[in-house]
Amino acid sequence: MSNLLSVQDLHVTFVTPDRTVHAVNGVSFDVKRGETLGILGESGSGKSVTLRSILKLHPEHRTRWSGSIKLEGDEVLGMTGGALADLRGSRVSMIFQEPATAFDPVFTIGHQIAETIKRHTGKSESDAWKRARELLELVHIPSPAQRLKAYPHEMSGGMRQRAMIALALSCDPSLLLADEPTTALDATVQIQVLLLIRELQRELDLGVIFVTHDIGVAVEVSDRIGVMYAGKLVELGGVEQMVDAPRHPYTRGLLASTVHGGMRGQRLEAIPGAPPDLAEPPAACSFAPRCKYAEPKCLAAPPPLTAATEGHLVRCVGRIDTLAT
Amino acid sequence: MDRGGSAQPLLLARDLRKHFPIAGGLLGRATRVVRAVDDLSLSVEKGETLGVVGESGCGKSTVARLLMRLIKPDRGTMVLDGDPVDQPHGITVNELRRQVQMVFQDSYASLNPRLTIVETLAFAPKAHGLPSAEARARSRDLLAKVGLDPVHFADRYPHELSGGQRQRVNIARALALRPRLVILDEAVSALDKSVEAQVLNMLADLKSEFGLTYVFISHDLNVVQYLSDRVMVMYLGKIVEIGPVDAIYSDPQHPYTRALLSARPSMDPRKRTREAPIQGDPPNPIDPPSGCRFRTRCPFAEGVCAKAEPLLTDTGAQEVACHMRIKGSGHTRAP
Repeated sequence: MSNLLSVQDLHVTFVTPDRTVHAVNGVSFDVKRGETLGILGESGSGKSVTLRSILKLHPEHRTRWSGSIKLEGDEVLGMTGGALADLRGSRVSMIFQEPATAFDPVFTIGHQIAETIKRHTGKSESDAWKRARELLELVHIPSPAQRLKAYPHEMSGGMRQRAMIALALSCDPSLLLADEPTTALDATVQIQVLLLIRELQRELDLGVIFVTHDIGVAVEVSDRIGVMYAGKLVELGGVEQMVDAPRHPYTRGLLASTVHGGMRGQRLEAIPGAPPDLAEPPAACSFAPRCKYAEPKCLAAPPPLTAATEGHLVRCVGRIDTLAT
Repeated sequence: MDRGGSAQPLLLARDLRKHFPIAGGLLGRATRVVRAVDDLSLSVEKGETLGVVGESGCGKSTVARLLMRLIKPDRGTMVLDGDPVDQPHGITVNELRRQVQMVFQDSYASLNPRLTIVETLAFAPKAHGLPSAEARARSRDLLAKVGLDPVHFADRYPHELSGGQRQRVNIARALALRPRLVILDEAVSALDKSVEAQVLNMLADLKSEFGLTYVFISHDLNVVQYLSDRVMVMYLGKIVEIGPVDAIYSDPQHPYTRALLSARPSMDPRKRTREAPIQGDPPNPIDPPSGCRFRTRCPFAEGVCAKAEPLLTDTGAQEVACHMRIKGSGHTRAP
């Protein structure tokens, strides 16, 4: 299977007169059609910045990109103007955390979906509305014909998120980017939306990149999981490899500090300290100051991403093989 | 400080009700009400952690605000360690607030941006009559207790701190008046997992050091299980189930509690969730369904569920408000 998306050595730096932030510092990964890549990370890890770079959503005048993002062979970072507008929505689309702000409050859901379809496919008004109705059915919104006439504020949070997924799929994209789409939802609604994304991904053979800070959510939807820290992927592997045999000390720390059943009364193994300031590009392993396995060689140079086993990449020069699992 | 002995509940609330009117009719007259909390009774035992879970609109934050009297209940009474609150022969609301403190979710909005950390922490003790120098000394002690070096942090402003550090300050401030009960309303929900673990460990330490009692409100069922002794599950302004943490998590009796627990994402890629336990969103608390409020999403709903409201009933380990658990309720699955 060929790669749908190939990101190579992506660097993203935000430059303002006050300060410079090295948000992404050399990220590489591929996504195939029909595959879901989960990107797991805490705030400031660069996971959303990486995702948004695939659509070049960052403000042009203060963002410096380098590296390469290729969608089916086309370089995204080189696109501007019309080419970029054609890419957004019809080849790659995105769903966000807060559907209430992603929709325009003064137009109905149907109007916004139909408008997108007309812009990208040139369909007639009535064909676009017909397609919009099919889309609401696809995302299991009850009584879709009436819902087309609803304004965003008239829908519940879960329904709005379904409508946003319908909007994102309206022009048959091959790649769907999901930026914490279930974080703002209630627990019983979150699982419904996760199952919907999984179902649509299978039916439409989509490539999906799903960014989240919640390990459980990542495990539910992903085929592979990448863990980001300080603007780099520190570990990337199949979901079972990542859960059963995490290699990087940060991934292990994240799993150990995530509370789950059966931990009552035990002391949590918290990772001490806080993530680094990204004003300078990292000159060593960014996690070393918080790592209990850190050695002098960790501070000598940024560690490379190396294969621990087939398809399981780890960015750590420590005694990976001897660290007890 | 403990007056009634360990068997007397620290806080008793009886039939608390809070309805919020919605202006909308002619001349802005209230036409409808949000029934945020409806005739809810609970007790908080000394030294325990009572977890409160439920989805948005279930009234859990309104309960927190009622317990601190940040909002006045429409009806209902509260008793703090034997003393009725806001009644003749009882204690005043101010006295209640000295003994009951609260930590909110938004660590930044909770702090005055123009006060340094030490000024923030010393504010309440000074207002309660502690000399300024003493209040500042107490504040520096508290900072050390929550793991922030007073030398580095005392004179900083909130915007100079990270989210985790700010939440530590908020916890320190809640402790500044030496309260007995601390209400934590989604206090760790906005924190990253690695920071959340640090704060949870710290909350456990502070609890044993100061002999505190916690009411811990969260949407995160795993964290509630980790921290709580008893758990209260709310749905649309009502308690649907309450009992010891092990009973609630290992043998949930209410269909809503079961759905909530099985909606948690699986941590095992081989056992992914195949089907959502319930469909739809929680209904709007403006016009809650008649009878049992969960019936519109309940797979076992029958005629009786629309007619009569199920009362909390003791089932042995826990109390449950469900017709299927009430003898002779008329439900075909009733015992």
